[in-house]
Amino acid sequence: MTTRNAGTHGSVGPNDEVMPYSDDETDDELDVSTDEEEEPSGEVGWKVKANDRAYHHLPEFDKKVFLCFKKSRYSGNVIKTYKYNVFTFLPLNLYEQFKRVANIYFLALLILQCIPAITTLPWYTTLIPLVVVLGVTAVKDLVDDLARHRMDKEINNRKCEVLLDGRFQESKWRHIEVGDVIRLKKNDFIPVRGHVVDMLLLSSSNPNSLLLLYFFIKKAKTNASEVGSNAWYLYDGREDSTSYRGFLSFWGYLIVLNTMVPISLYVSVEVIRLGQSKFINWDLQMYYAEKDTPAKARTTTLNEQLGQIEYIFSDKTGTLTQNIMQFKKCTIAGHSYGNRPSSDPHSSPLLSSKPVDWSWNRDADKKFQFMDNSLVACLRSKKDKEAMDFFRLLSLCHTVMVESELVYQAASPDEGALVTAARNFGFVFLSRTQDTITIREMEQEKTYEMLALLDFNSDRKRMSIILKFPDGRIRLYCKGADTVIYQRLSPNSKHRESTQSALDKFANETLRTLCLCYKDISSSEYEAWSRKHMDAQVTMVNREAALDQVYEMIEKNLMLIGATAIEDKLQEGVPETIAKLAKADIKIWVLTGDKKETAENIGFSCSLLTEDMHLHYGEDPPTESRGKKKPAEPFFPEPGKNALIITGGWLVSWGGQGFFQIDFVDMACECESVICCRVTPKQKANVVSLVKKYKKAVTLSIGDGANDVNMIKTADIGVGISGQEGMQAVMSSDFAFAQFRYLQRLLLVHGRWSYIRMCKFLRFFFFKNFAFTLVHFWYSFFSGYSAQVAYEDWFITLYNLFYSSLPVLLVGLLDQDVNDRLSLKFPKLYLPGQQGLLFNYKNFFISLFHGIFVSLIIFFIPYGAFLQTMGQDGEAPSDYQSFAVVTASSLIFTVNLQISLDTSYWTFVNCFAVLGSIAIYFGIMFDLHSAGIHVIFPRHFTFTGQNRKRYELEMQQEARKRAPAFQRGLRSRRSGYAFSHSRGFAELIASGRSIRRRPLSRIGHHSSIREVSERAENI
Amino acid sequence: MMASSYNAKEEDGHHSGPSSHGGAGAVKSKKPDNTAFKQQRLPAWQPILTAGTVLPAFFVIGLIFIPIGIGLYVTSNNIKEFEIDYTGVDVSSPCFSCAKNYSWDSTTSCTCSVNFTLEQPFESNVFMYYGLSNFYQNHRRYVKSRDDSQLNGDRSALTNPSKECEPYRTSEGQPIAPCGAIANSLFNDTLVLYHVDSNGTKISIPLAKKGIAWWTDKHVKFRNPGGNDNLTIAFQGTNKPVNWRKPVFELDPDDRDNNGFINEDFIVWMRTAALPTFRKLYRIIHKKSSSTPTLASGRYILDITYNYPVLSFDGRKRMILSTISWMGGKNPFLGIAYITVGSICFFLGVVLLIIHHKYDSRNSSADIPN
Repeated sequence: MTTRNAGTHGSVGPNDEVMPYSDDETDDELDVSTDEEEEPSGEVGWKVKANDRAYHHLPEFDKKVFLCFKKSRYSGNVIKTYKYNVFTFLPLNLYEQFKRVANIYFLALLILQCIPAITTLPWYTTLIPLVVVLGVTAVKDLVDDLARHRMDKEINNRKCEVLLDGRFQESKWRHIEVGDVIRLKKNDFIPVRGHVVDMLLLSSSNPNSLLLLYFFIKKAKTNASEVGSNAWYLYDGREDSTSYRGFLSFWGYLIVLNTMVPISLYVSVEVIRLGQSKFINWDLQMYYAEKDTPAKARTTTLNEQLGQIEYIFSDKTGTLTQNIMQFKKCTIAGHSYGNRPSSDPHSSPLLSSKPVDWSWNRDADKKFQFMDNSLVACLRSKKDKEAMDFFRLLSLCHTVMVESELVYQAASPDEGALVTAARNFGFVFLSRTQDTITIREMEQEKTYEMLALLDFNSDRKRMSIILKFPDGRIRLYCKGADTVIYQRLSPNSKHRESTQSALDKFANETLRTLCLCYKDISSSEYEAWSRKHMDAQVTMVNREAALDQVYEMIEKNLMLIGATAIEDKLQEGVPETIAKLAKADIKIWVLTGDKKETAENIGFSCSLLTEDMHLHYGEDPPTESRGKKKPAEPFFPEPGKNALIITGGWLVSWGGQGFFQIDFVDMACECESVICCRVTPKQKANVVSLVKKYKKAVTLSIGDGANDVNMIKTADIGVGISGQEGMQAVMSSDFAFAQFRYLQRLLLVHGRWSYIRMCKFLRFFFFKNFAFTLVHFWYSFFSGYSAQVAYEDWFITLYNLFYSSLPVLLVGLLDQDVNDRLSLKFPKLYLPGQQGLLFNYKNFFISLFHGIFVSLIIFFIPYGAFLQTMGQDGEAPSDYQSFAVVTASSLIFTVNLQISLDTSYWTFVNCFAVLGSIAIYFGIMFDLHSAGIHVIFPRHFTFTGQNRKRYELEMQQEARKRAPAFQRGLRSRRSGYAFSHSRGFAELIASGRSIRRRPLSRIGHHSSIREVSERAENI
Repeated sequence: MMASSYNAKEEDGHHSGPSSHGGAGAVKSKKPDNTAFKQQRLPAWQPILTAGTVLPAFFVIGLIFIPIGIGLYVTSNNIKEFEIDYTGVDVSSPCFSCAKNYSWDSTTSCTCSVNFTLEQPFESNVFMYYGLSNFYQNHRRYVKSRDDSQLNGDRSALTNPSKECEPYRTSEGQPIAPCGAIANSLFNDTLVLYHVDSNGTKISIPLAKKGIAWWTDKHVKFRNPGGNDNLTIAFQGTNKPVNWRKPVFELDPDDRDNNGFINEDFIVWMRTAALPTFRKLYRIIHKKSSSTPTLASGRYILDITYNYPVLSFDGRKRMILSTISWMGGKNPFLGIAYITVGSICFFLGVVLLIIHHKYDSRNSSADIPN
């Protein structure tokens, strides 16, 4: 159990820039000291006293809030991620919702509809959908916020130990105050304010459709020379000018044609996105059983972009590899150890054919395997001073913590692997205090005084420790990346060439290497340096830089001991995944902190690089700048696949300069795959933003560590691997899962489906609303451009809610052109998404013309039929009601038939929805045409159907309830209205109160309700 | 083909690895449910449109639509219809002077007579229509200008009509009943039909003015305030529409039950037309006996009491006589539309069949391994 009291060092919290060792692992679980939670506000100095609550309650830390009310400048530790409480929910939520352009648009429309001079559609046609939308969104927000409340409560009530009255007492997180000293245990959760990330769902709107809408209105306006300044029957008592009337008419058409882009579009898109996200969360084949981690879509707005990815930027360690480090090989004083027998024919088979037996060392970790017995023999003989120094360095120069007896907690897996290796070879790291380190060195316990720890960062790429040996010597141990170490070696240092060749060999075997070296320091030299070090430590400005400078002064003239080689195994299925994604024309860039050779070999082993590729290296930049070349000319004129391998340094010196950015991107994009090695987190993000900027492509970043956060946030889509490292990558990602190989399923299956579904949905949605709305447009030519609508108001209100939305919504949720296995088997199926073939201007206009065509037919066929027609009973059914019902019914049939043709995956739900939509339409029509509803609301339901039988039945039921004295003379007349829905007398017959069967012809002149009801009573 | 055959995937086999979770059952596994819906493998039918399915569809549509179209067309052609324009635009036309000298205020009505000849006898019931052209009964401001509550007999709406009726809401300080522009512009020409027999004597033809409105309009939508007794009292305190000569309760002097809001001519007018050229049922000539035709061929005279001005907006007035069949009135359009669509489908079917046979060289089902 580790405790780390705050205040010992001003240690820094998790920081994107921290990058230990040759790759880039950070660990935040231990490094956080939690007494500095709040940044001080303003320029006032930052005064914090540890473990002194009374001090922080002094009035000087209060700030004036309102008049005499004061509030502590340091806020408490209560986490508040929720947005609403009981009182603020309604106003705040409405405010949030009306920040969206779409809602404002519809609100404005609603206001327009309330102006009597303009209104063409009654107010409820917009109000009902708007209220439904606002309501659904509000409920969704409410559920989200309740979850946040619950989470906050849980976090705020977490137990922790606070130093109070001289001992640690259990407290809740929310009671922690500034300056409290707390004790953290391993895996404790640290809810430091400001580290909680909230996501807000936003929906995009499609501007095309709106533009189109205005186009049409403009057109309608230019044509709108209304009839009738001389039509006396249209006289409305107002002496308005023609242009003013045209103006009113324009707004009227704006309201009518708004149904082209209805609110339900926004709702449906959100529902579909949510559904796709849920399907990702539910996918068993992206569930990692070993860690019980399902995939998680953390944002719902990006699903369809998953189907359009062109560039993937991947971290290496922990993303492509497992991030489980194993010490495999080493080179000490020019001699390599750990080679497998096959690769080293000289070593005797007895010594190296089987793993080392660790039984001689009681502290050994039995799981540790090493293939070279000669090294152990060499060490046990204690003759080889340099081998001893090698492992002594490994056991001393690190930042590993001892959790309990021989259980280590390492900041990075590399360090853990090195310390464990040292332990197995007889140099057991036992414990550390603030300034001593105790190790058991070949059964002999020794304590070293730690004079200084020159910590790691991503620029230094090395760490050093200055130790005072028990015998009084002062020595600096240093380990770091070979490039930085070699620059600082003493000219007297031996084994440089042999170590270098060993390093190259290790790198070829995809091993991660570190160079180890030492330096003896005289006490006077140390004293002098130490003073400078102290000065630098208390510098107020630019302390980091000052410290780096001081470190630089002592880390020179180093003596090389050797190098370590650590293996990081590839994750399962990585080569297959990369090969598959490459087949889908997705370009994969690996951005890693590793050295070039390691990265290159990893590239080969995970089939990112293949033998048929022509490799280009960034060290030799093109002799001439692209500026002189014609843009069309490729950088690599030779046919065949190309791959580019560059280093971070090169990016800074050449590619980073503004002039050449485009050249770099163009060049890199000509390659099938790109590997950037030795890049810092910032450079990773820069590379991503360069490609985004110049290629306008959809990019995806995938990573697992804090160092990938920049890159993940920069790319269009960020994917976090929830792996060995902390949660930062996952917290800042859009999608998270446990294994790299799930990426192919995410893109090729879910991404592809989401894209196809969304495109299909949008295409159909626009089609159905064009077909629906443009009928008004055609009708306007025959209604004197008066913005009279072609359908009944209720139909317009309900069309997008009930009559046509469900089938297309289901297509957007469930449709599959091919199943998941085929999607994975044929990665080329992914290409249409990348090229944006399924929804673009062309498709949009095809939908538009399809809609126009259908609306023409829906309007003009009834027009022809109604122009001079008579019904079977002689009446002329060319009235507005009949016409509106006929066009509406044809529209419902057409639209539902069309979606039936477009559905490629017919589940029973789809079937139900299509038939249900038609049934609901007729059901509602039936009810709207009933006499009862007109009698109750004569002004709102004017489409009373012409169905006498139905009316009689209604009256009978009414009469049965009332006293039989009800009398009214009825004249029978045959009903011939085509859209009436006659209901027989089945109900009466079944109820046993059957009446005399009514003749079908027009005989029943004398039947009356009274008669019927009396008979019913008699039975 | 039912694509419901789903091969169990690897994951389906092992249920949450026994080793991975220590506290067996204590910690709830986050493993997603293995249901057909959540794993997106609901049983489904995946229809694939091929020539084999599409071509027959074209032919079937063609073969169904063409006979229907022919049937409709023939039926429509067998219907007898006679139409005459009596607007009086032309100087030679009998109603020219009436059309010219029209004024709303004139107390004496202008009458004119139009002679016409029916070449063929009209069997069975004959329906008489008036037709108006270039009359935008579907204009938005016109369509709204009514109060359905008032027409439904609501007493409060009778005395306080809806604002939609403006400017025909009140006149001389009293509410208008029925209010609004539609009611105000009620068609008020009177048409009377005479048969001129071989002797040259005019025989009046009985025109039934009841049964011309929708049944539900007459009995549900339109009701007089306070029942049908003593309409004069019921409409007390209201004024007639400004263009009317008589109040609403005196629309039909012959039939006491055909007055007020339930006057059938009024109801027919209030059912606004969808298009600017429309017909409305005016009278019915019932068939008297099975032996003689309802309207024999010969000369006829149409007497018109010319009240309704249409020339100001370039409108036309017509009188139409028509018989009715099972498909309604004469309307060749539907038959032609059916024949056209059927023919197009059939033609496309043939073209596609030819293309299919000519270019379908490949093996139609490419092997797609599952």
